[in-house]
Amino acid sequence: MNNEALKELLYKMADDQLILGHRNSEWTGFGPLLEEDIAFSSMAQDKVGHSLALYTILQELGEQDPDTVAFTRNAEQFHNSLLTELPNGEYDFSLIRHFLYDTAEALRFEMLTQSSFEPLAQLSAKIRGELRYHTMHANTWIKQLGSATTESITRLQKSLEYALPYALGMFEKSPFENALISEGIFAGEQVLEDKWKRKVEEVLAQTQLQLPAWDTITPHLGGRVGKHTEHLQPLLDEMSEVLRIDPTAEW
Amino acid sequence: MYGGGNTFEGIKSDELTGEDPVKLAEFEARIERGEKIEPSDWMPKLYRKQLIRMIEQHAHSEIIGALPEGTWITRAPGFKRKMALMAKVQDEVGHGQLLYSAAETLGKSREAMIDDLINGKSKYSNIFNYPTFTWADCCFISWLVDAGAIVNQLANAKGSYGPYCRALDRICAEESFHLKYGHHCVIYLASGTQKQRDMFQEALNRWWPPMMHFFGPSDKISVHTEILMKWKVKMGTNDDMRNQFLDMYVPKIWELGFTIPDPNLKKNTETGRWDYTEPDWEEFKRVINGDGPCNSERLEVRRIAEERGRWVREALRTAKTEYVTPLA
Repeated sequence: MNNEALKELLYKMADDQLILGHRNSEWTGFGPLLEEDIAFSSMAQDKVGHSLALYTILQELGEQDPDTVAFTRNAEQFHNSLLTELPNGEYDFSLIRHFLYDTAEALRFEMLTQSSFEPLAQLSAKIRGELRYHTMHANTWIKQLGSATTESITRLQKSLEYALPYALGMFEKSPFENALISEGIFAGEQVLEDKWKRKVEEVLAQTQLQLPAWDTITPHLGGRVGKHTEHLQPLLDEMSEVLRIDPTAEW
Repeated sequence: MYGGGNTFEGIKSDELTGEDPVKLAEFEARIERGEKIEPSDWMPKLYRKQLIRMIEQHAHSEIIGALPEGTWITRAPGFKRKMALMAKVQDEVGHGQLLYSAAETLGKSREAMIDDLINGKSKYSNIFNYPTFTWADCCFISWLVDAGAIVNQLANAKGSYGPYCRALDRICAEESFHLKYGHHCVIYLASGTQKQRDMFQEALNRWWPPMMHFFGPSDKISVHTEILMKWKVKMGTNDDMRNQFLDMYVPKIWELGFTIPDPNLKKNTETGRWDYTEPDWEEFKRVINGDGPCNSERLEVRRIAEERGRWVREALRTAKTEYVTPLA
């Protein structure tokens, strides 16, 4: 099995989950209603937990331990998509991002249940079940707020248009795309992107939101090769603030 | 967390006039027999008022209390701490939700309670008006503030109002995990490097006075609450609660090799109670009346969150929805 290709896949998935989990956790104490504080915290816990599970597989493939990998790399060494690192902004953006991202993640893990790499297939079967609740949550809220008041529809529409180029960046192709496909590790970003578009269209059709034509959107790429926005490094600095006080200490 | 140290207003002599003496006697007899009062049961106006006040303060303490610890979620050192702290603070917000529902059974809506929090009419636990400068401050809260809250909540869970007691039973079960988590964090600081030990000692020095304040003013100066004790709204005196906390946790703090910043703190072998330097009650009053290090910041955060979330709540209200008071 092509380990390099496999590691690249695992890193980008783990980094996505960690960074968005971190962002979701920033809603704790600030949600538009208590129930949403709690929901975003649950999703944050799931996502950070998923990243830990993926980093643990990476460790078994010879990488460093999860704490070192997650808490000591700098922004250029992260492979998360740009979508996940953007600041939370207002609830409309956080909700749209959650919808666009989790729709893709649910499909990605669904596809990976068929992976020829057994540890990933097993993990994906478990994660798939949890992500079902994330997409259910996103879809419920998108349908409600996307059809409610003029303000809620306008806000969501604006955030949707802002987020879509970043969302397409999630499917930035890996240099190992062909190897992943031919070895049956992962069916590839193109297949995922197509499935994702159909799903997004299906949910948005049940709202008053307008989806721009796909060919008018230019994807924001770079995250998968370590080229990030100015928002990632401050997030990582904050995440490692306590650990850096004494990296040799146990906390 | 985070209940406890509730402040009670003095009761005016005319607040019980106008109650039906037969119903009042029956009500008091039920409480005396250990029965729970349920939302649809008859109750004196004063009982309702004081309970709303107490449960509401407790709920506010949960959501405001989520802020000083919540700010460390994004900085928690390592996966284990990060995941545990997220879950812990989420629990606290969940307790707030549960308690607002318990208070709503008495007829005040969550919106009205949150409005009163923001406009300063209703209080929350004073201890959250102090800042968490370091990770060790956050560990202090998780361990010892939660411990103090458990002392209060276990007592209150034996009170007379059914919905509040049931909420507290659930809350206490979760709190016991918080306490273990907090203690675990502090053990790591205590047995770690010199820098880590210093961090916790400094946190302890900062938090000890607010921790002593946590249980409320000394019985010698606090308002008379006999009727609330009789009705099992208030379940123990402030000094009893404080003493129980000292009994349980001072030995554990000493065991870890830390110094408590009160030279007079010792167990009095004759009385079986703890002697300590009376904390500065003037400061307590000052802080609870709004002039603490973080009062304005805490309320401002809450106000902004409410303001920014208004459009979401409005979008949830459709013509078909109407407000329903929970039953229990």
